[in-house]
Amino acid sequence: MKILLVDDSRTIRNIQKNILAKLGHTEIDEAPDGVEGVAKVREFSPDLILLDWNMPNMDGLTFLKTIRADGVTTPVIMCTTEAEKSRVITAIQAGANNYVVKPFSTETMADKIEQTMRKLTAPAP
Amino acid sequence: MDVRFINPFIKSIRNVYQTMMRTDIVFGKPQVKTDGCKNPDVSAVIGYSGDASGAVVIAYQRQAAITTASKFASMELDVSHPDFADALGEIANMIAGGAKAEFEGLDVDPSLPSVIVGDNHEVSNSKVNPSLTIPCDCSFGAFNVHVTMKLEKQAAVGAAS
Ligand SMILES: [Mg+2]
Repeated sequence: MKILLVDDSRTIRNIQKNILAKLGHTEIDEAPDGVEGVAKVREFSPDLILLDWNMPNMDGLTFLKTIRADGVTTPVIMCTTEAEKSRVITAIQAGANNYVVKPFSTETMADKIEQTMRKLTAPAP
Repeated sequence: MDVRFINPFIKSIRNVYQTMMRTDIVFGKPQVKTDGCKNPDVSAVIGYSGDASGAVVIAYQRQAAITTASKFASMELDVSHPDFADALGEIANMIAGGAKAEFEGLDVDPSLPSVIVGDNHEVSNSKVNPSLTIPCDCSFGAFNVHVTMKLEKQAAVGAAS
């Protein structure tokens, strides 16, 4: 499974990579902002995207709206310090599939990834 | 400076250190300061704009900053490492974001983090005075969190518990 990490903090991307490696995922690409993220979606064709909200150049919400408008249906987990309910609703309405609030524990991140992928691989009713 | 802004920060600092670094913070009594932050070696700064404006500054001595950044990133990060400032900036980002979520009824936008590295520097508040300092201590060393906030819109702050 190919996973794209979009976050302006390299430390966060490294922490996420360590968690993903423990879950057996090593096919990972990364981008430090939404602009590079959009380009990576096109060239890397990820199966899952972990997405920060607050980033320079293009923020996560704009990135999400951009790829959804392009017809990209890849599942997106928002991973952000934006914790208010109103922000979560905004992100879900823009096309986010799941939401992790920073700070996050390894267990929470692993659970959300598994939950998101399980929903997607479940047979249609 | 509205003291009701302090509890959201205390709660958020505790949560960030427990969740990301598995360490507990011992908080000292918050103190009013009128002269900015004196003598830190490393400061991580996030500004706020919107219904309330101001800033939070997390100020470390050199060794505490190195230990904190390294624990957060799970790798040795000396001051010269390219990820040193990134790690401390992200900790500040999490503290600022967590506190902001508790500002009931206020729509506030945090800035991207800035990290200042330089022995014995000073961060002064150009717009909002005085600031409140929250002394913090943990197994990685002591640090200070300076909060300056000014309400731009009247609302109930810190009503969530
Ligand atoms: Mg960010």
